[in-house]
Amino acid sequence: MVFNTNKKMKKILIIEDEMALQESLGGLLSEKGYQVISALDGETGLNLAKKENPDLILLDLILPKMSGFEVLEELKKDLKTKEIPVIVLTNLEGIGDVEKVIALGAKSYLVKAEYTLEEVVEKIEKALK
Amino acid sequence: MISFKIFSECKKYKIPLWQCPQFLFLILGLVIIFSIIFTYLIGAKYIQDLATLTLLICFLTIVLFILAFSIVNSFENLLSVSRLKSEFIEIVSHSLRTPLTNLNWTIDFFLTKNPNKIEKEQIEQLRFLKESSKRMEDLISKLLIVSRLEDPTFFQSKEEISIEEILNDIIQKAKDKIEKLKLNLELKIQKDLPKIFANPFYLKIVLESLLDNAICYNKESGKIEIELEKKGKNIYFEIKDTGVGIPKEDQKYIFQKFFRSENIAKFQIPGTGLSLFITKKIIENLGGKIGFESIENKGSRFWFLIPTKK
Repeated sequence: MVFNTNKKMKKILIIEDEMALQESLGGLLSEKGYQVISALDGETGLNLAKKENPDLILLDLILPKMSGFEVLEELKKDLKTKEIPVIVLTNLEGIGDVEKVIALGAKSYLVKAEYTLEEVVEKIEKALK
Repeated sequence: MISFKIFSECKKYKIPLWQCPQFLFLILGLVIIFSIIFTYLIGAKYIQDLATLTLLICFLTIVLFILAFSIVNSFENLLSVSRLKSEFIEIVSHSLRTPLTNLNWTIDFFLTKNPNKIEKEQIEQLRFLKESSKRMEDLISKLLIVSRLEDPTFFQSKEEISIEEILNDIIQKAKDKIEKLKLNLELKIQKDLPKIFANPFYLKIVLESLLDNAICYNKESGKIEIELEKKGKNIYFEIKDTGVGIPKEDQKYIFQKFFRSENIAKFQIPGTGLSLFITKKIIENLGGKIGFESIENKGSRFWFLIPTKK
């Protein structure tokens, strides 16, 4: 699914299995002028990351086919995708989950339910600067 | 004394006494002491009859083995209960919040994308929808905190934090609400306050709840006064409002789970009845104290003290 094909703009990959979140988050980001690509499962997300080399990855943790933890591990193993910043966007908020994700190399960890759409977009824009 | 403590500990687990590890340990200890004395007495009397003595020791060993087995079993039961509970919390936090986030973000997107295309009335309705789903989210978050409060690992992750910084962030976030009610906010923060050792997430919940109460239960054009200062080895926080206050007969219940005062229901102020319960638990776990004074229709003053040291 491609929302906007403006190539000069920064590219954001959203790996998220909830269609409604893909639509709202992807929609607002592409309205702000970002090129948004998205995947509804971990495996497709990982392949897209390797192929498209995005500037930022937004990653959910509970995903079909391959979990967010596994995707993050694979991304950090591969020299090609190692440097891409990853923001974990999830509703899991166990202390263990946060620690695990940060240890695996994620840039930050956001609990979706705690933010409005605008606040999340603001944080994403800050991370891209 | 010890046995009293054991009984109250076992009551806390909500399991029968014969399944409670502490109680079983006590019995095990008593059986061992009794066995030693008994074996000595019987042994002294029947020293010639080795068969009886061996049988007796075998019997006692079996009793001890059964007791030890029950203890291990009861520990396993307790562990599985706490595992089930944390699994349940995970399920609630993820599965219940995901559809709510979908709803919230879709409304957000709709409102930011099409503010000119939607009629004013519909925008208003969307805001109602958003307000309701926010309340639901708030309730889920608080229920999760309540169930985690009973977990001893809950308060383990602490760091050095500045209470002043957290307070300023929270006030910044509440600015819209304060302006909407035309409230006059007065801040008295002592300079160079020492840092405290706590978990920032939970301290934020405390300050947010107290400020939110002072805003929501206030009257239009009312006043909120916040004081933050060092008192001995403690940090003292106080928040005063000129709101609806708490009726005298309700004051003893306000730190209870789900309690909401009658006058609040009358004013139709939304809330979960969990904030003050959570706040008190967090403050107590930080080794602090919380208190309040309130006069109906005049306002309330809430305060807490928390130690600056670890």
